[in-house]
Amino acid sequence: MREISTQAIIDAVKEASISANYELGEDVVRAFEEGIEKEESPVGKDILNQLIENSLIARNQRIPMCQDTGLGVIFVEIGQEVSIVGGDFRSALEEGIRQGYKDGFLRKSVCHPFTRKNTGDNTPIIIHFDIVPGDKLKIWVVPKGGGSENMSQLFMLPPSAGWPGIRQRVVQTVAQAGPNPCPPTIIGVGIGGNFEQSAILAKKALLRPLGSPNPDPELGKMEEELLTEINNTGIGPQGLGGRITSLAVHIRMMPCHIASLPVAVNINCHASRHLELVL
Amino acid sequence: MNQVINLKTPLTDKDVEPLRAGDRVTITGIVYTARDAAHRRLIDLVEAGKELPFKVEGQVIYYVGPSPAPPGRVIGAAGPTTSYRMDPYAPRLMELGLKGMIGKGKRSDEVKEAIKKYRAVYMAAIGGAGALMSRAIKSARIIAYEDLGPEAIRELEVENLPAIVVNDTVGNDLYIEGTEKYKKK
Repeated sequence: MREISTQAIIDAVKEASISANYELGEDVVRAFEEGIEKEESPVGKDILNQLIENSLIARNQRIPMCQDTGLGVIFVEIGQEVSIVGGDFRSALEEGIRQGYKDGFLRKSVCHPFTRKNTGDNTPIIIHFDIVPGDKLKIWVVPKGGGSENMSQLFMLPPSAGWPGIRQRVVQTVAQAGPNPCPPTIIGVGIGGNFEQSAILAKKALLRPLGSPNPDPELGKMEEELLTEINNTGIGPQGLGGRITSLAVHIRMMPCHIASLPVAVNINCHASRHLELVL
Repeated sequence: MNQVINLKTPLTDKDVEPLRAGDRVTITGIVYTARDAAHRRLIDLVEAGKELPFKVEGQVIYYVGPSPAPPGRVIGAAGPTTSYRMDPYAPRLMELGLKGMIGKGKRSDEVKEAIKKYRAVYMAAIGGAGALMSRAIKSARIIAYEDLGPEAIRELEVENLPAIVVNDTVGNDLYIEGTEKYKKK
């Protein structure tokens, strides 16, 4: 067994939550630059330029790129030969987020569903654990904003709906969302599994860096088809009209029940924050 | 792109009526922050016939819950939040004289009607550009509901806060018109 201390986990998650919020990924900035080339609307071009400027201010002045610094979402892949020592694993992940949001001056955005009373430290967080072979611990820190999450949808389609049905629902979700999720967006699509698994697939699809190909070329073609149709809606940057409504569509798929065709659409705003840690 | 129109708060009918969807504006003066929970409390006060923590007449509300101010700054990131969640409350505030709202995203038909009826304006700031927007904020002071944390009502002094007119007093909607213009069949 390889031992990893909870302190190392706390420190790594803390740093990642701050960096994810201050430093927009190079892949997203590159997608903005490519978007400026393709955008036909002058207002749309101007917005994309301002988003690049925003990312530079955040990075250089060490402040969050967006005031919605998100709900703490963490994906974990723990090798079965890893032993966590010095405390409990779940609490360590939560403590990392707690410290990061306090010391990084990030917004605390978690509240009671009915009273709306803020919990004050951005916990609890959402954790998805997976056990894999090996002795490594992989952690993705994925702060997720509320505006784009609110526009996400899940459909339990009849199998007869097929690809045309999936395509129609994905495009409809983005079209109905219009300006609300802060376009240009990134669209995560989860196909198959079951009710909850399709949503997890959709969220995991958002972790793939922009510009990297889908490992499955068939799904890659579907992503292109969806992106073209979405960008034909005319919603554009910030929904003010234009070509670049979404920067990318990412699909993840797995088999499902013979009676079902689950499809989840998880929308991410352009402030796509995700950091991968390997311990 | 059209010339930028400079607006100084508080606003009057005269400031608001010439504005048209698509106009680029900058806002200077005092604006008040309020989002979901603060709106609920404001409307509870109105319904109980009590006084509000600030005089709404002529004012502009910015839908924002800023991130905390790091040392040496007046505020953290401060971009707009999605406006539709304030739709159930906004018409009542316009009836009381609210003249402007800054946020992002679509408004309901009720809000658009109230904008026409009470002569107000809805403006969009760039969602997700919280670091950029914070540069226009010169001071920030909590005036009510400190217990709500990021949702407390703050009085912000802003200088040339950039926005674009979405809904005007004659019923235009930039989101509908802009999307229609670039739609491909």
